[in-house]
Amino acid sequence: MKISRRRFILASTVAGGGLLVGYAATRPSRHRVANEQLAMGDEKFVTNFIKINPDNDITIYVLHSEIGQGIHTALAQMAADELDANWEDVTVEQAPAMDLYAASDMIKGFAEEYGVPNVLMGMVDAIAPSIAGIGNLQTTGGSASVRFTGQHGMRVAGAAAREMLIQCAANQWGVPASECTTELGHVHHNASGRSLSYGELATAAAELEPPAEPVLKDRSQFNIMGKAISRVDIPAKVDGSAQYGLDYHSDDMLYAAIQLAPVFGTKLVSVDASEALQRRGVKRVIELEDSVAVVADNYWRAKEALKLVKAEFESSEHDNVSSADIAARFDRELAESNGDEDHEQGDAEAGLEQADDVIEANYRVPYLAHAAMEPMNCTVHIHDGKADLWTSTQDPLSMKGRVASVAGLSEDDVTHHPSYCGGGFGRRLPFNWNVIDHATKIAMEFDVPVKTVFSREDDLQQDYYRPAVFSNFKGGLDANGNVTAWHNRFTGPIQVPGASHIPYAIENQSIRVVDGETHVPIAAWRSVDHSQQTFFIESFMDELAHRAGRNPYQFRMDLLREHPRHQQVLRTAAEAAGYGDNLPDGHALGLSVQESFGSICAQVAEVSIGDDGQPIVHKVTAAIDCGWAVNPDGVEAQVESGIIFGLTAALYGEISIENGRVAQNNFPDYEMVRMATSPEIEVHIVESGEALGGLGEPATPPISAAVTNAIYILTGQRIRELPISKHDLSRAQSVATV
Amino acid sequence: MATFRVNGVEHTVDVEPDMPLLWVLRDELGMTGTKFGCGIASCGACTVHVNGSAVRTCVLPVSAVEGQDITTIEGLAAAAGTSSTVGTFTPTARLSAVQQAWIDHQVPQCGYCQSGMIMAVSSLLATNPNPSDAEIDASINNVCRCGSYPRVRRAIRSIATA
Repeated sequence: MKISRRRFILASTVAGGGLLVGYAATRPSRHRVANEQLAMGDEKFVTNFIKINPDNDITIYVLHSEIGQGIHTALAQMAADELDANWEDVTVEQAPAMDLYAASDMIKGFAEEYGVPNVLMGMVDAIAPSIAGIGNLQTTGGSASVRFTGQHGMRVAGAAAREMLIQCAANQWGVPASECTTELGHVHHNASGRSLSYGELATAAAELEPPAEPVLKDRSQFNIMGKAISRVDIPAKVDGSAQYGLDYHSDDMLYAAIQLAPVFGTKLVSVDASEALQRRGVKRVIELEDSVAVVADNYWRAKEALKLVKAEFESSEHDNVSSADIAARFDRELAESNGDEDHEQGDAEAGLEQADDVIEANYRVPYLAHAAMEPMNCTVHIHDGKADLWTSTQDPLSMKGRVASVAGLSEDDVTHHPSYCGGGFGRRLPFNWNVIDHATKIAMEFDVPVKTVFSREDDLQQDYYRPAVFSNFKGGLDANGNVTAWHNRFTGPIQVPGASHIPYAIENQSIRVVDGETHVPIAAWRSVDHSQQTFFIESFMDELAHRAGRNPYQFRMDLLREHPRHQQVLRTAAEAAGYGDNLPDGHALGLSVQESFGSICAQVAEVSIGDDGQPIVHKVTAAIDCGWAVNPDGVEAQVESGIIFGLTAALYGEISIENGRVAQNNFPDYEMVRMATSPEIEVHIVESGEALGGLGEPATPPISAAVTNAIYILTGQRIRELPISKHDLSRAQSVATV
Repeated sequence: MATFRVNGVEHTVDVEPDMPLLWVLRDELGMTGTKFGCGIASCGACTVHVNGSAVRTCVLPVSAVEGQDITTIEGLAAAAGTSSTVGTFTPTARLSAVQQAWIDHQVPQCGYCQSGMIMAVSSLLATNPNPSDAEIDASINNVCRCGSYPRVRRAIRSIATA
């Protein structure tokens, strides 16, 4: 596909003018800054994302964090293809945490798509007075890296560098640039048979200004994009050499184990550490405002000694709060408040009054923890008025700024040492500060590196959670099974706009949000509001379909008449899954479709009920329209990953509150899908050729309703509360399908 | 004091006998390929081989490996180079067959759990070169939050030998 120039200019001008290329938004040109600050020896940055040395080795800098989504590979493919590089000559490097590598194209992309999503509003408030000022973020999130940074940054940088290299060759040969061609890292002048490598041209090219509007390739010209190229990070992940934040090691370092206030928001009152201080290897016991930490020469020693610390925390008004209290609160809000407008069209009240049949249903989903496999951790070394920082993060630049602010240093005096991330899922975003702040304060007491590590228990109990949401639906049907009204009230807050909106052609809609704030801290969790809202919407759509006596697939297809891309995706998944064909006895198919982060994903789950009264998910057939695939195998991997992440939440996921604190301790009571419970997954990529969509998140939302919709067919039991493990499905009866 | 071999190299460490092997490897020896995931032997991120068999080290006291042979993810390739234990091993390969299959099938995502996953699978295939799906399910119950399970199964299948 060709980039729409209008779209690109719009994206670029949101930031308030300047040059129209993401990598050169300010003067002096970013590649000049990169050459001054980062280039070694004969290396030359041609743009700030692309460095070339005389031997024609090409280094592509990726500003986003590799949290498992394959972003180092996908973004490098995008730049390398436009550059006409030889992929064999390309290495990928994590861009350092410098303003030079702020994620400006992502911010511009979000501004164009949403205004500013609420998950980023905190950053606007805290860092800058307006969207135009959000220059110092390096965030990996919102499934944004490929569709924004890739499309508007990496491709443009690659194309601009290629034009600069051609120009230099043309100058040297005294021929028009239009007579020159490029392939595999060389510029050719076919008429005279001359060639120069990019490495031979880079020094001269680095003196040029990048062109403002380089010409991007048509999809038919791609050599590297669109191919299932092996990921660049995987070799290091099979031999133990990949470094994660937790893996920083030095001989003189210390380790901190920490006990935080169990009830969120309370303070430390007193500490008796006398026993702990007797333990071998223990250096200090550090009291912080909301926590106490033991620092020792080995993490296990610190953690064992922490068990001997007697810490008292202040009592709080939340000490007796339980999940039942929160549920009662949410129910009351939904009963008493009409809430704030999210989306209104037509007249839903009138639509309900005119209906022959009104269905009302209450849905609820619990808080969830992120539970990334690498427990939260942060190593800080403060010395000589400077700080070094090692932490797996979805935003190195923000973390560096935070450490500087807590330690009272200038940002320029903090160095973040990049690493792979053992999962992110939103937990490692800015504003989820707890481990960063604690590690910095503890390290300020020492002159050696101190690694602060959350245990798995800390990780589950001191998270910033996926919000619990309750939702009340009313739907109206006329005598012919047409939907006369869609009426939805749900507890907030809204973290990302539009998740509760529906693609279905229903004239009368009233969607409003009521207050859902509690003392439990919340944050973005893979797919943000879509994980809750898609379960609600796609379940209630199924309820309407069955009540109307309609086939759930055809019912959706009819109401998706204004959204042919949704129809195509749902059709693809249903046909591939054999929807409507005979199934093994005791099996049923449930389906679900949702658009999020620019991609549309449909899923069909094949389910049966086991002897234990719990569902067995045999197979999930998914279709996704993400515009087109930069790396088809990467697309499939993210869809598989999103489904399993969502399935864990659907089957088992629940963080509950007792006595103001989280009741769950570790994996046994926060269970995960594992090999034995993981379904077979089949992924179909629907290439519409539309604008690129995201991939890290869009496959997570649909799975829960796909499974519960199948359970309804098998058992007649409508699951309106997750997780499914709370329900005994063994005694119910199957329902006839239409 | 405890003495044991890690990837063929003898180490003597002066630590408490109840310190779990995981923290001896990571914090005392600086070998960070073996990962901390849960601390209660539930997730398997800390799996190594003790005398060739998969063991979760976050609850394994160092005193239990006195005089034993330990292989970690860092030593798996070297181990494969000296003794053919798994799958379609080729003596000249730098990586073990399991490691190579992990690349061929693009198994890892964030990769954090994969050291333990690879060690668990290597141990399974050493004793059962052609496991059934049920045997894979029963033996490999490591947690992968990225959901690499379908690819783990595919990779195992690709190197299973009847």
